[in-house]
Amino acid sequence: MNFDNLSRRRMLQATAALTLGASLPVNRALAATTTIGFIYVGSRDDYGYNQAHAQGAAALKHMPGIKVVEEEKVPETEAVEKTMESMINLDGATLLFPTSFGYYNPHVLKMAAKYPAVRFEHCGGLWTSADPKNAASYFGYIDESVHVAGIVAGHMTKSGKLGFVAAKPIPQVLRNINAYMLGAKLANPKATLQVIFTGDWSMPVKEAEATNSLVDQGVDVVTCHVDGPKTVVENAAHRGAMVTGYHVNQSVLAPKAYLTGAEWNWEVLYPRFAKMFTSGETIPNFYRGGLKEEIVKVSPYGSMVGDEARKQADDIKAKLTAGNYVIFNGPISDNKGNVVIASGVSRGQTDPELEKMNYLVDGVIGATS
Amino acid sequence: MKADVGAPIAPTAAEKSLREAFGLKIGGAAEYVIIPALALAVSLALFGIFVSLFGKNPLDLYFYMYQGAFGTWFSWQNTLTRAAPLILTALCTALPAQLGMVIIGGEGALLIGALTATGAALAIPFAPPLVVQIAMGCAGMIGGGLWIMLAGGLRHYRGVNETISSLLLVYIALAILNFLVEGPMRDPSSLNKPSTRDIGAANMIGNIPGTDVHWGFVFGIIAAVLSYILIYHTVFGFAARVAGGNIRAAKVVGLGVGKLIMITCFLAGGAAGLAGMFEVGAVQGNTNANLAAGYGFSGILVAFLARQNPLAIIPVAILLGGIGASGGLLQRRLDLPDASVLVLQGTIFLVVLASDSLYGRLGILKRKTP
Repeated sequence: MNFDNLSRRRMLQATAALTLGASLPVNRALAATTTIGFIYVGSRDDYGYNQAHAQGAAALKHMPGIKVVEEEKVPETEAVEKTMESMINLDGATLLFPTSFGYYNPHVLKMAAKYPAVRFEHCGGLWTSADPKNAASYFGYIDESVHVAGIVAGHMTKSGKLGFVAAKPIPQVLRNINAYMLGAKLANPKATLQVIFTGDWSMPVKEAEATNSLVDQGVDVVTCHVDGPKTVVENAAHRGAMVTGYHVNQSVLAPKAYLTGAEWNWEVLYPRFAKMFTSGETIPNFYRGGLKEEIVKVSPYGSMVGDEARKQADDIKAKLTAGNYVIFNGPISDNKGNVVIASGVSRGQTDPELEKMNYLVDGVIGATS
Repeated sequence: MKADVGAPIAPTAAEKSLREAFGLKIGGAAEYVIIPALALAVSLALFGIFVSLFGKNPLDLYFYMYQGAFGTWFSWQNTLTRAAPLILTALCTALPAQLGMVIIGGEGALLIGALTATGAALAIPFAPPLVVQIAMGCAGMIGGGLWIMLAGGLRHYRGVNETISSLLLVYIALAILNFLVEGPMRDPSSLNKPSTRDIGAANMIGNIPGTDVHWGFVFGIIAAVLSYILIYHTVFGFAARVAGGNIRAAKVVGLGVGKLIMITCFLAGGAAGLAGMFEVGAVQGNTNANLAAGYGFSGILVAFLARQNPLAIIPVAILLGGIGASGGLLQRRLDLPDASVLVLQGTIFLVVLASDSLYGRLGILKRKTP
């Protein structure tokens, strides 16, 4: 075999490829279109956090005059800065959605300062008035949907034992765990909720182990707060437990076990933002909402969910949607017996105290550290 | 086989040895350029076939890869930024490789280096920025160095396989990092993203003027060049290579193998620790779980592709940086999944390893024996 010829041929082919390639249009976007970039920390089809955002992005693709560019599995390092810059420089994106929480500081802030003409919409709700004005953050009060799912779980459990596979004991996660417990207690005051923290957002092996261990302990309804609930949902269903989902609707993964779930509703929010952006309207720098603002939703109930459960869940959901129901309404004590929200104190969704949550409410089995 | 050329005039002895030396040198050097280039071309061709199976045009692929990695000034900066940590973490594998050790725990040294560097910066909050940065650099190198020295020591004194121990030390390092970041070193205001306190904006290491590539890239090149000199042009490096060739022979001739192992491992870990320090000092501004982004593991790939040669690490790191930089464009323009970049990296890795068997066998480059 003559490697010399081979290499020469390859060289010629490569040269031809480069020349041909160079004549291709660099930027296929039309002048009149708005290019919107979406950046995900995990894979777009994770049945979880990233898929929820990708579904929102997909909702934009049908809108006229809008071009969507997406990049998945971008780590929360300089890589995401480069992805943002690449979308701006090579794709002509003018509106970016870096969707992972850890992208914000320092990466989004750095890029927002560098590209003042580009709008950065970050999911996580961290924007303060000291940050660049072209950066913004939005987030949803998903604990409302979690609370409703907790009510359904409380009705459906036979053992009175619920299980929660959680990533990290940070305020956002603790708030969901507590909202779930408080919901379940409305249905079954004796219910308990066993929590297992896996330590990180995407730990499929630990998530599977945690699910198995919960079911082994007699838990019959499992839910979770991790990036991709697929492992938990499938394992729980396989072991004969019921599940309530998180992030997106996972009923296709476990049709016979899926009771309901707390879902993001980015399909509604992103077109709303895109319309505001293209029409020149200012998107608020700090944007939040729950069921009322249609930023979160509740999965349709599974066929096994009884009437009593549906009735109470629907009732609370209606009140939350109307905006006249408070989940964290005192007196609430933590699972060590300390009063954390005093009697008569009502902590509504916008209460900054809830953002610092560092306890597990009474009935939750587990510790924050 | 009939020779159809006239019998060559017998060369003089001097001529012969000159030609031999020349052929050896040029042929040998050319091999180190041509074979990897060939391997790269073959990998790209294979990858082209792979993407055409998904109905994409391979010419589009090559164009976007070129554009995303090297096509514009922005792309170059993107590539170099990604290459910066890889040069340093690759040294963590390449240096001990001279001693015949396979260290794959650069990620752990990077994390420990980041932690110690952050600790140093937080310990002297009122010092001038340059002092803080130097302290961070030293602390990062010492932290990372001691970490890999642990693996080296286990190997030399206890006979523990350094590949396994260095890999397992990664998980211990990550656990230590998570414990400190979520516990004793946590900034109480870092609510939903547990982090240490910031080292302060004034102490951040800037970019190389005129670019947005941070100084870690320059330090990576310096470290690679120093490593090359150390290995190929010093007595220490010679001794290390002797020990790498035959550890018993090295012991018999009286080389301090233990000392060689410990020092080399310290330097290797120091390089990875420095990479961690730059991730904190030039990018993140604090230590948090995002530092475990896999730079240490990519460094192993770089070191093996560079055949453990510190100088070759530089272009290989840039190449892999370029592949990383173009990955985004492949996703966006060709709608390929992120994993396709891993397929390309894996293909290159396999083809390069397979091409090892070609050294000394390429007809044109083979030294003619008279």
